[in-house]
Amino acid sequence: MTAGLPKLAVHKFASCDGCQLSLLDCEDALLDVVGAIQIANFPEASREVLDGPYDLTLIEGAVSAPGDIERLQEIRAESKFLVSIGACATAGGIQALRNTRDVDEFTRYVYASPEYIDTLDKATAVADHVKVDLELRGCPISKHQLIETVIAFLNGRAPIIPTYSVCMECKRNGNTCVMVAHGVGCLGPVTQAGCGAICPSFHRGCYGCFGPMESPNTAALGERWLELGIDREVIRDQYHFFNSWADAFREAGEAYAASE
Amino acid sequence: MPETPLLLDRADLDRMIGILSERGYQVVGPTVREQEHIISYGDVGSTDDFPVGLTDEQEAATYRLVDRGDGRLFGYAVGATSPMSYLQPSDAVVWAGRRTGKGFETVEPPDPPRYAFVGVRPCELAAIAIEDEVFLGTGSQCPTYATLRQKAFLVSVDCTEPGGTCFCASMGTGPGATSGYDIALIEVLDDEGHAFIARAGTEEGAAVLAELGAAPAGEERAAAASQAVEEAAGKMGRSLDTEGLRDTLAASLSDPIWDELAATCLTCANCTMVCPTCFCAAVENRTNLDATEAERVRRWDSCFNFEFSYIHGGSLRPSASARYRQWMTHKLSSWVDQFGMYGCVGCGRCITWCPVGIDITANAAAVRARMEEAAHV
Ligand code: SF4
Ligand code: SF4
Ligand code: SF4
Repeated sequence: MTAGLPKLAVHKFASCDGCQLSLLDCEDALLDVVGAIQIANFPEASREVLDGPYDLTLIEGAVSAPGDIERLQEIRAESKFLVSIGACATAGGIQALRNTRDVDEFTRYVYASPEYIDTLDKATAVADHVKVDLELRGCPISKHQLIETVIAFLNGRAPIIPTYSVCMECKRNGNTCVMVAHGVGCLGPVTQAGCGAICPSFHRGCYGCFGPMESPNTAALGERWLELGIDREVIRDQYHFFNSWADAFREAGEAYAASE
Repeated sequence: MPETPLLLDRADLDRMIGILSERGYQVVGPTVREQEHIISYGDVGSTDDFPVGLTDEQEAATYRLVDRGDGRLFGYAVGATSPMSYLQPSDAVVWAGRRTGKGFETVEPPDPPRYAFVGVRPCELAAIAIEDEVFLGTGSQCPTYATLRQKAFLVSVDCTEPGGTCFCASMGTGPGATSGYDIALIEVLDDEGHAFIARAGTEEGAAVLAELGAAPAGEERAAAASQAVEEAAGKMGRSLDTEGLRDTLAASLSDPIWDELAATCLTCANCTMVCPTCFCAAVENRTNLDATEAERVRRWDSCFNFEFSYIHGGSLRPSASARYRQWMTHKLSSWVDQFGMYGCVGCGRCITWCPVGIDITANAAAVRARMEEAAHV
């Protein structure tokens, strides 16, 4: 029945599972996906594991623990088209907040028996270690972008995954700009589109879940936030949030931390 | 069509909205988005839907809605959106088809709506005239625009209280409407009360006014209303000197001033999204999962986006400076070469809605000053 269909594998590294669950959350579309693709290795969805190589591999999560890099290299070797999904896999995610801190100190504070904790001192993106064919940003990813990726893959065309600002989606939605109309800080202008501008649609500023857009002018946006009366440390914390280890946001946050 | 000005009151305007919907129009006009505290185009069922007694305070990167303390319906400058959102909607399906055995069939689109815009500003009429030239003029025709545009009915309202970022007087597009309307209104609030001076601009406009059975406006009142519109030209929050501007900007392209002007530009594209004359769109081809259905969609795009000028090997305008320069010199210089007019009507939206308040009027003046300086050394 499913033999001959392209094989899909889904792997998890350090993450919360939210992104791979987006695939299961695709409801109707998922039924079509199941008919068009063979779920060959996806422990969240099916216990059956088929051997590789896999045509399409999705990777969630950051490289965070000893052994991750070797496992990643094995996955890369048996994957034809490899897509890293979510802020963790594309930028280290929330756990990358530890990257600038003393991890030993953290483990001593957090765990009763820190000697059992074996972790790398930095959480990093999949693309820092192996070649990635496509990155889907977001915390979590957009299921529309995920479906678009699968559709494009099945039909042999390039997926439409824009790298411009969230403002594009915000304005297409007919939203009101919260910065201009309400004086609220919004990361939309420096953040990559994809979420559909969810937060501004609910009159909140963008939190930057989708990471830096193609040409992020983080300094100019930060200066505007200061003019709006937002504290330097808030600006730093906003840049150092879901995508703190993405170059542009890391540097922007550091700039506001340093010049305090 | 030099018609005698007629006098309408608010109840007549309500009846006008009724007549237009009876004629099959979807009536659209300035409405208040309560939660967001802004004025934006939306469906209008009666004059209660207009921004009664409200005005907008607009400055670079700032927009606030405040109470006027009177009953004016159109006592604000311009809303956040323009008729462009309706006449050139994003995500317009330009073609759709589905598989049939070995072949395919075209899926016919539903009939496009007929819009009647009530409360269009003169600068917006001018923007529509520009889009007419772009999409229906001498070049190739855009059928998506044509079907929406040619069915639209336009009721304009002149400006008597321009906003902080307005400069239509500089662009020759306002504050009074001179053409392009079916009906032109001036709102009056004087000793005699709240009224509207109405003029028809087309046969259909005249027919709608005739159906209302309105009486002629007194000469004095009509003259005072026109006077107030003329005086509004002196109250613009911004101005832009257009004298020789096309040439000045065309000569500035390699000047380093563009790096300075674009230093704070976020390349976020908000300016192009709110501009009533910006028309750029990307064409996206979409399919469903098993490719049994396909559609081609026209989606708002912007010259501030990397991919917009992407050709094999890279983007033609990788820097923010190149993208900002492209946008501003198109509006105020190369548009003249292309369409014989400026591509800016002075509505001020790009100034108000730019999250960092980049000001096209200030920057045009800065380029002019730099080029004059250069000519003197
Ligand atoms: S609300 Fe945020 S995302 Fe929306 S236009 Fe304003 S800055 Fe951009
Ligand atoms: S360039 Fe700015 S002021 Fe001119 S028409 Fe566009 S939005 Fe309005
Ligand atoms: S001029 Fe302003 S609105 Fe336009 S792209 Fe630059 S920052 Fe965004």
